[in-house]
Amino acid sequence: MPTKVIYNAKINQIQILDENGKLDEKLARGGLKDAQVLKLYEHMSICRHYDEVAFKLQRSGRMGTYPQNMGQEAIGAVALAAIRADWMVPCYRENAALFLHGLPMEKILLHWMGDERGNQIPEGVNITPISIPIGTHMLHAAGIAWALKLRKEDAVAFTFFGDGATSEGDFHEAMNFACTLKLPCVFICQNNQWAISVPRSKQTASETFAQKGLAYGAECLQIDGNDVFAVYKAAKDARARALKDGKPTLIEAYTYRLGDHTTADDARRYRDAKELEMWRLRDPLIRTRKYLEAKDLWSDDKQKTLEAKAKEIVTKVVKNAEGIEKPTNDDIFDHTFAELPEEIIRQRDTMHTHSLGQRPEQETLRASARGV
Amino acid sequence: MPATEEKTRTNTDADLPSREGDRVIQFREALREAMTEEMHRDKRIFLMGEEVAEYQGAYKVSQGMLDEFGPKRIIDTPISENGFAGLGIGAAMYGLRPIIEFMSWSFSLVAADQILNNAPKMLYMSGGQWGCPIVFRGNNGAGGQLGSTHSWCVEALYSNVPGLKIAIPSCPYDAKGLLKTAIRDDDPVFFLESERMLGDKAHVPEEEYLVPFGKAARLREGDACTLVSFGRPVNFCLEAADTLREEDGIEVDVLDMRTIRPLDTAAIIESLKRTNRIVVVDQSWPFASVATEVITQVCEKAFDWLDHPPIRVNADDVPTPYSKPLEQAYLPHVGKILEAVRRAVG
Repeated sequence: MPTKVIYNAKINQIQILDENGKLDEKLARGGLKDAQVLKLYEHMSICRHYDEVAFKLQRSGRMGTYPQNMGQEAIGAVALAAIRADWMVPCYRENAALFLHGLPMEKILLHWMGDERGNQIPEGVNITPISIPIGTHMLHAAGIAWALKLRKEDAVAFTFFGDGATSEGDFHEAMNFACTLKLPCVFICQNNQWAISVPRSKQTASETFAQKGLAYGAECLQIDGNDVFAVYKAAKDARARALKDGKPTLIEAYTYRLGDHTTADDARRYRDAKELEMWRLRDPLIRTRKYLEAKDLWSDDKQKTLEAKAKEIVTKVVKNAEGIEKPTNDDIFDHTFAELPEEIIRQRDTMHTHSLGQRPEQETLRASARGV
Repeated sequence: MPATEEKTRTNTDADLPSREGDRVIQFREALREAMTEEMHRDKRIFLMGEEVAEYQGAYKVSQGMLDEFGPKRIIDTPISENGFAGLGIGAAMYGLRPIIEFMSWSFSLVAADQILNNAPKMLYMSGGQWGCPIVFRGNNGAGGQLGSTHSWCVEALYSNVPGLKIAIPSCPYDAKGLLKTAIRDDDPVFFLESERMLGDKAHVPEEEYLVPFGKAARLREGDACTLVSFGRPVNFCLEAADTLREEDGIEVDVLDMRTIRPLDTAAIIESLKRTNRIVVVDQSWPFASVATEVITQVCEKAFDWLDHPPIRVNADDVPTPYSKPLEQAYLPHVGKILEAVRRAVG
């Protein structure tokens, strides 16, 4: 049998707004409108300020850990491509998309301050709690997409993860399920080049992350992840494809983590300062502002007003997050089960440990354990 | 493998239909009836797993269900336990009621993060908002020369985790009643079956009944010793109880825990206060096992009632042997139970 090519593959890369703020008019057609770009720019700027404030809160001991989103705010454009009924199944560097999709801003702060109420999502807001174990939530997105399909709802599940997560089995299993079951699911890999200290070159020998989806039968592309136009277009097209053909898409958003992995990390120890400088020039905020200025839609005055507005909003958000009544020790037992079993109730009502809680009459012990 | 002979069981479930009758079906049929009845009752329920649909179930538990419910509710999956466990969790979060079948609980180990780190914590970590009503079910324990990697007893390992429930029936009657309860439960339930019992036959009533969680069944009544077990070894305890009556002239209490989480400690203590002796039979490894937990609680709550140190009969502390006679020797069996009880009462 002669040798013949039985499979050909290519990965398209899309950039619509370059780092100098220049727009590819042809590709931009039918995409973001100027009013939306303005909205996004303002929103991304507020998110940037939020990030800076969160960092300071952590440094001053008012928050446990915080993963900065700095540099990756353009991902917010996914929320503009989504409808209200769509689901966002995030990890932890998609604040911009979550807030635009309806998540109250104090929720993320609350979460990182160590309050589970940060993961209570308001009714009607289709967002799942942010997921910290790497990659496990992609399967939940596939499950939600399965439920959407079964219920014949015209909505899709967008799930977000980093470049590092593509090395987890969960990524491959989620892609495989979504494609074989033809689920309305869109996979968005924010390739920010670094998984804590592990560079992209050590994460994969693959040319792109996007091509990893080809093997599962997904539509795959790479976009400039700092380009709001490209993010919007890719998400919008993927959404339509998911609903029309039941074909999942893997979008590799090529971006960069301008900050540390989290506040527990110091990227200066392993990252070249020159690389960081180069990526600072590709900042989504800078190029979006340039675009707006070129269109005469932005000015220094407007910038000043926006900065004041961001400050006002974030101050209020911090106040809300810190103002919530603190949980009590008794609260640790709540929500272990839908209905608390007798054994847990006994532990709660007596001594907080299994063995010491066995005899409620042990009042002396009980008092001393609580430091009374 | 011959099915275990069904032993007479005293019915201590006052509210439930009788265990006596002539509607004799297999354990696997009882499981199927539970799923089928619940799926007719609630459209949100679906069954997903390897070989559950076209092949009619690797162990024929889901035989005929594809024809009855169609491919949208009886779903074959790729060999991807972590995948379908996670997918089920996502579907449960959005209001469906998945039943996820593991061909063997041994295979659940590759899905550990989903079943232990996601499902049982979802409600807690979302401040009570995101429930995870899901049933994971499949064969647990040594299935008869399946080798070490395929013979896992997961109850000791998994019962350490808060936020999940574990049911482990020992007979068709309980299998049906417990599975129906599991499917209706709003928390994640791990349902442990046994390949060695799927062919067991017993009367299962026609009428609907639900066996509650956290309530042990007292299958024999006696004053010489309390025998505590769950799952397949309950049947060995019943056999041992018969022998003890015939050969030693003593009567023992046999408690079938039916669920490990929650655990009916009150029933154990009540029994112990009458017998003052306890033997716990548990097919998993001894170190930090459910037997260990039972005995710890007995010591905490009823130390003064003990006339003999508690005894546990576990599998030996080695990987499950592949050889047939060695596997038999490794597992708890009637001989080991008799020896333990005789030591306790002697």
